[in-house]
Amino acid sequence: MAIYGKLEARKAPSNTKGPIHWARENLFKTVLSSILTLFALYIVYIIIPPLLDWMIFDATWSGTKEEIVNEGARWIFIFEKFNLFIYGFYPPELYWRPNLALAIFVLYVIGFRKINHTKVRAFIILSFPVITYFLIAGGLGLEEVGTDKWGGLVLTIIVASVGIIASFPIGIVFALGRQSHMPIIRTISVIYIEFIRGVPLITLLFMSSVILPLFFPEGMEFDKLLRALIGITMFQAAYIAEVVRGGLQAIPTGQYEAADSLGLTYWKKMGLVILPQALKISIPNLVGSFISLFKDTTLILIIGLFDILAMVTLTNSDTNWLGFETEGYVFVTMIYWVICFGMSKYAASIAQKFNTER
Amino acid sequence: MKKRNRPSDASTAFYNNPENRAVIYQILALASIALFTYFILDNMFDNIEKRGITTGFGFLSSEAGFGILQSLIDYDESDTHGKVFIVGLLNTMLVSFVGIILASIIGLLVGIGRLSSNWMVSKLCMVYVETFRNIPILLQILFWYNVVLASLPAPRKSMTFLDSIFLNNRGLIMPKPLLESGFIWVFAAFILSIVAVVYLVKWDNKRHDLTGKDFPVFFASLAIIIGVPVIVYFLSGTPASLEHAALKGFNFRGGITIIPEFLALSFALSIYTATYIAEAVRAGIEAVPKGQKEAAYALGLRESLVLKKVVLPQALRVIIPPVINQYLNLAKNSSLATAIGYPELVTIFSGTSLNQVGQAIEIILMTMAVYLTLSITISVVMNYINARMQIKGR
Repeated sequence: MAIYGKLEARKAPSNTKGPIHWARENLFKTVLSSILTLFALYIVYIIIPPLLDWMIFDATWSGTKEEIVNEGARWIFIFEKFNLFIYGFYPPELYWRPNLALAIFVLYVIGFRKINHTKVRAFIILSFPVITYFLIAGGLGLEEVGTDKWGGLVLTIIVASVGIIASFPIGIVFALGRQSHMPIIRTISVIYIEFIRGVPLITLLFMSSVILPLFFPEGMEFDKLLRALIGITMFQAAYIAEVVRGGLQAIPTGQYEAADSLGLTYWKKMGLVILPQALKISIPNLVGSFISLFKDTTLILIIGLFDILAMVTLTNSDTNWLGFETEGYVFVTMIYWVICFGMSKYAASIAQKFNTER
Repeated sequence: MKKRNRPSDASTAFYNNPENRAVIYQILALASIALFTYFILDNMFDNIEKRGITTGFGFLSSEAGFGILQSLIDYDESDTHGKVFIVGLLNTMLVSFVGIILASIIGLLVGIGRLSSNWMVSKLCMVYVETFRNIPILLQILFWYNVVLASLPAPRKSMTFLDSIFLNNRGLIMPKPLLESGFIWVFAAFILSIVAVVYLVKWDNKRHDLTGKDFPVFFASLAIIIGVPVIVYFLSGTPASLEHAALKGFNFRGGITIIPEFLALSFALSIYTATYIAEAVRAGIEAVPKGQKEAAYALGLRESLVLKKVVLPQALRVIIPPVINQYLNLAKNSSLATAIGYPELVTIFSGTSLNQVGQAIEIILMTMAVYLTLSITISVVMNYINARMQIKGR
């Protein structure tokens, strides 16, 4: 006669949840996976600790140049030259002007969403470049500061902003031109866009800095910065045109037909019906194009303008501060990385938002 | 019912007729472009005359008079600006070619790595992409050149690998292969083995279609391509040797020296472009619907066959166009070499030659024409590939 006893309940298997299970599933599932994990860990091990040591633990954060004993980064160089990196040769007593321009920009961006009047919004958008121009360049009673004094991060931001603002309407016109039914207009747009996209930006900058002055009557002087801006605007307009064209092509034909059947003129049809939708769906790509432009502004150093990257070489030509290139490049890298990464994450979040709406 | 608003309707004014309007707009556009062109050309010829700039392409046959750091063809200071153009063009092509190969390898590995089920690997690949994509390419070139390569030791304290490869601040020095006349047989064997492999693949496809039998094509091809030339090499009496570099005085003599400018440029270009290729690869693989893979498994296909016959053909269709676009970008970005002085087209032709000759218009237009030709050729090829790879409805 069998005796039936009560068995103890088995314990829940320990490896179906928790960190050990997670590691088994995601790091050591197969032999190959384990080898790859160890390899990846080794890469992290040879890169991260020395980098952290150099950047933080062994770095020199204060004191004077003569007191440096640590092997790591000598950030005092950056602190010493900080103003050059940010403002270039802008007169120190006038630093408040670019700062104020930035503050106005931030205020505008924050305030923009709360204003519902179209006219006030238009005023804000149109007045900002004017205000900024007079703040930074001077005039209207403010002391004038020549463009040869502009430099550093301020110049980088100016070039990038002017590039995007000026190229935007031109790009839209070319995008519409490329979609036009008129063969000559379409051909002109295609030639412009494909020509610009086919050549490197640096050759366009050479062209605008060397050939452009020959195109205009003698005595008509072009500022070096203005020439660079013309080159960058021409370049960016072609890329914007392609982005906007992508948006235009995504609009269903029904929208065009509906606008036509309402009897709208071409510009009303585009301005009130098509472009608002096309631009909205191209925002992520427009931000992507803007990030590219922001990175491409570094090229102006090749034609002799002092943007933030050019400041690395310039600050290192100071005989008191020789041999600090590494710190300079790392500092500039961090600034670019933070701005570009921030913008790309912003673009991704917008794209996500539009996705859920559909 | 009366037809209204037709172009032929007499009640519409001439200028309100859309067709007439289109003609008027286009004439206006053409006229303004013609006027603008006339204005700038007129000014240009005026200015050229006043400043005494010579015109025409005569400078191409005049003596350049400057040396070039690296040249694939024989070049010395007494050669012409025309030859400078060729040297620059070849150097551009060399750095673009090396950059494209490296970028494709890194990009492919990282792109696949980002999709890996291994958390560590996918995160590492993500960090790589997000780091290098958000740093301007010019900054990366300058960093490699001015920081990484500049901090390498002097020739006397070179880093040495296998006693024959040396890395120092003058560049990477490698043994130079010296080919004797018998090497032609090895080369011929190599070409023949490639032809053989092509036929092998065709035969295998046919047999597979007819009988369903598999043949290890990949390993067989590998064996043929490597094995046959090696056997011929030894049969023809090892007609090649290596010229090792040796330290003489303060520098190395002999061997092949890869200049630091080239190293910096090709590293920076490939690391930067690889981030974009990786993203394209990832997007392409993710674009293949999950059902395709599941259906393939349901048919009982092996994992390698699922990848080869189902996933990759569909993913490649999405991957190839953006990747070719990135190759083009890499070639265009190689013009940034001018910042570190690697002697490619923009550096020596639009730089040094331009400074000597002063004929900006001709030189810059020639440079632009080179890149434009490249872009147009590649986009024609790309359209052809795209058309061939389209899914054909049956």
